[in-house]
Amino acid sequence: MKTSRWLPLLVFVALAMLLAAGVWMSRKPDRDVLPSPLIGKPAPAFALPVLHEPTRTVTLADLKGQPFLLNVWGSWCVECRVEHPVLTKFAESKRLRVIGYNWKDEPADALRWLEQFGNPFWLVLADVEGRSAIDWGIYGAPETFLVDRHGMIQWKHVGPLTDAIIANELLPALQAIEGSR
Amino acid sequence: MRLLLALLLCIASLPAFAQANQQADATPLQFRDAGEETRFHALASELRCVMCQNQSLADSNALIALQLRREVLDLMREGRSDGEIKDHLVQRYGEFVLYQPKVEASTWLLWLGPAVLLLAGAGVVTSIVRKRKPQALPADDGQEW
Repeated sequence: MKTSRWLPLLVFVALAMLLAAGVWMSRKPDRDVLPSPLIGKPAPAFALPVLHEPTRTVTLADLKGQPFLLNVWGSWCVECRVEHPVLTKFAESKRLRVIGYNWKDEPADALRWLEQFGNPFWLVLADVEGRSAIDWGIYGAPETFLVDRHGMIQWKHVGPLTDAIIANELLPALQAIEGSR
Repeated sequence: MRLLLALLLCIASLPAFAQANQQADATPLQFRDAGEETRFHALASELRCVMCQNQSLADSNALIALQLRREVLDLMREGRSDGEIKDHLVQRYGEFVLYQPKVEASTWLLWLGPAVLLLAGAGVVTSIVRKRKPQALPADDGQEW
């Protein structure tokens, strides 16, 4: 008799704990971000034209040897504008090559955007069709990938980079891959 | 009150952070025959849009969904099976794209959870009913209700 009396309370507590766990697990502001299955895997092979030199094609093999940061952007992307000063500051530190991945953009618009805001990139790849972007698992600009010198994706961030993300996530990840050479 | 309004405005602006190029060119996909169309629609409704996470690939208007629909159709035309097409997307975007996750150790709770809960509920109901049985029903005294 006594246990059955406490049963509803126990069930309620269990449900409340389940609810609290759900709230706790979704506390992160980036809870909508899809975890990329490509982290720790080789970057997808690609052959894309250079934005400023459309006749020149760059492949993943051309970029291997040194780590690089791949930043996905488009002139249509509002958040990329927010991210731009942060990325510029980071690129100016010359820590590693920052490569732009101009996604689904008109080359003329992209060039104008870079002229207006400044070009932080060492090289800009143009993926007008967006076919290669699917291989990278790209789904919304801005996205940023850290690729090591062997061409392995080591880190990814979806959404605009901030100074805090660079200091707390990107730089430690970069140190880790540099330490393991 | 003003603070509340400001908060509401902040919340309302949140979706703007998820950037998707909405100026999609709206040329509809061209199907070769009805069979291809049926297969495509079945597949697209089983795949989840990666940008607008509560819509299927078939329903979504986001640019990336349009792109992925094209990709799915291209893969179908390359002769890939439904399973291969799903694997292709899972390798790039993760398990998330599947509305029906694979049955494996990490998803057992998801797949079997409802059945377990239903059985547990049935067990509780049975035990309650069994306990009540010994008490005889009040004799029907023919009283009209």
